Amino acid sequence: MADASLGLWTVPLAVFGGAIRVSTPFLFVSLGECITERSGRINLGLEGTLVMGAMSAYGISYLSGSPWLGVLAAGITGALFGALHAGICSLPRVNDIAVGIALMLLGTGLAFFLGKPLIEPTAARLPAIDFGWWSDVPQLRAALRINVLFLIGVAIAPLLYWAFRTTRWGLLIRTAGESADAARAMGHSVLLIRLRATMVGGFLAGIGGSFLSLFYPGSWNEGLSSGQGITAVALVIFARWDPMLCLWASLAFGGAAALGPALQSVGITSGYHLFNAAPYILTLAIMIITCSPKRTLTGAPAELSITR
Amino acid sequence: MTTEAAESVEAAGVAPAADPGFLQRYGASIEYILIPGAALVGALAVFGGFIALYGKNPLDLYFYMYYGAFGTWFSWQNTLTRAAPLILTALCTALPAQLGMVIIGGEGALLIGALSATSAALALQGAAPIVVQIAMVIAGMIGGGLWITLSGGLRQYRGVNETISSLLLVYIALAILNHLVEGPMRDPASLNKPSTREIGAANMIGSIPGTDVHWGLVFGLVAAIAAYILIYHTTFGFAARVAGGNIRAAKIVGLSVGKLILTVCFLAGSCAGLAGMIEVAAVQGRTNANLAAGYGFTGILVAFLARQNPLAIIPVAILLGGISASGGLLQRRLGLPDASVLVLQGIIFVFVLASDALYGRIGFLKGKS
Repeated sequence: MADASLGLWTVPLAVFGGAIRVSTPFLFVSLGECITERSGRINLGLEGTLVMGAMSAYGISYLSGSPWLGVLAAGITGALFGALHAGICSLPRVNDIAVGIALMLLGTGLAFFLGKPLIEPTAARLPAIDFGWWSDVPQLRAALRINVLFLIGVAIAPLLYWAFRTTRWGLLIRTAGESADAARAMGHSVLLIRLRATMVGGFLAGIGGSFLSLFYPGSWNEGLSSGQGITAVALVIFARWDPMLCLWASLAFGGAAALGPALQSVGITSGYHLFNAAPYILTLAIMIITCSPKRTLTGAPAELSITR
Repeated sequence: MTTEAAESVEAAGVAPAADPGFLQRYGASIEYILIPGAALVGALAVFGGFIALYGKNPLDLYFYMYYGAFGTWFSWQNTLTRAAPLILTALCTALPAQLGMVIIGGEGALLIGALSATSAALALQGAAPIVVQIAMVIAGMIGGGLWITLSGGLRQYRGVNETISSLLLVYIALAILNHLVEGPMRDPASLNKPSTREIGAANMIGSIPGTDVHWGLVFGLVAAIAAYILIYHTTFGFAARVAGGNIRAAKIVGLSVGKLILTVCFLAGSCAGLAGMIEVAAVQGRTNANLAAGYGFTGILVAFLARQNPLAIIPVAILLGGISASGGLLQRRLGLPDASVLVLQGIIFVFVLASDALYGRIGFLKGKS
């Protein structure tokens, strides 16, 4: 019995495996939001985008039989929601935070509406790569069954870090986020830059949603996302708008979120709901520690309404 | 409906100063009715189109929506019952909005208020119903009030964004509720749906005589009117609006912004907490996960549609209460999923926000014609 021999080691192992599994949606949403916020807009609607992405990925995967088409569909849906957000925000005197709240409602509602017939059927799921083939311990093998999307997400983080620093597009996005006037003076349309940044952000958030329905937990239902989208938005703030820090923060969050189920698997069930709230408590705690009323956060894009 | 909204908004609206001509005097007030009204009609049209794509007749949709919301005395009662918590949760967003804060955690304060009220009732079993009821009101308001004060305090003393913190607190409140309801406070007799013990039939607040509408509606109306007086007719409300308009100016004239923020957040949260108490004492009779029915989130929409005006919240809450009341009929008669109400709310929200761009831009309302 491997279970007995591992004893309490199952908990850190499950947390480690969970960190990888659960962190993927956090990772995609936070990287997407990172791009959007760097351009000077905040999109709180990514919670809705996440749920829409999960639903459309599941639907397309079920209809076409190809989970990767589902991922693509989720990304496109996310980009459309991003375009909607950016489009409304580019009207004068419209508050981007409020539009985010509206799209959170609309995305969730639309996903539940269209996803009603998808609760029953089973769609093709995303494959995982078995990195634990060398081990006999089933828990270790389970923890090391890693999804390709996670690896893609891990690759995007340094890529984005590099792109923000060195590419023309990265510079343009940062200029729009730091000083819209400067970007305008350079002859660029700030609205257009933000439209693209929000669409790319939505694309990534949609893919994060596809992971929820196509890999873990791996089915479509209305309780699929419980605030991961909004947690990821908060995560960007304490990752200081740095894609690499987003990666580490997402992993920490995944681990925190996996704590409840891991403890449950070794028989500690009391406080299950409180452990499930760990990511939210962690987010709040870190925001309390890192924010200050005296100064704006280091690394904060100056145009961002949330830090002004 | 419309006239009611008209009166309330006109009372609140700031008419452009001294110049004859109807449009010039009332142009701004008319705008406050015309633009949200147009947004609403636009949203209904888009939703109708969406339903048409789904293969249903939009005219049927509109008919059943009207019928299910305001068509019969029964549906009116259903609508008003749903409007009660919406008025209160909308105040939870509208009051901090006077200070320029965007609080979207009314759902959390509602849940904490419900838990506090239930705890008070369970602790006072055996006391006279009126004592229990008053204790529930106080406990619910304090519980919800402190919950939102937490967001306000974090914003004031730690610079934590109140929108995000209040939303995170919703999920934390839900976890606390689930934890208590399935653990320490669980009634062993509640098997399928973990719940607390019942507060007792004698302690329920009952209905307004001659109707099936519970007293919660009166609580909501009183709270909205009190909030209106507080914001527009007291020094405190004036100070809050000054601070909301220009925080630096408020500090220069010596207003204690921190105290304002905490007080307003407490009042806002206590409204949502009261909504939680009402849901327990007038509908559920106990606390369980049913309470997380989304009143807190619809309340945000109500507040924005009412342009954060406490009096305008009343008709808007009745309107949105009607939309959610008609949801059941849409499900039965048209076979639409229960999420259709959510979709419509989302579309309305998007239209209302986009319509913000129109203020001051409608030519004929400027009195130029």
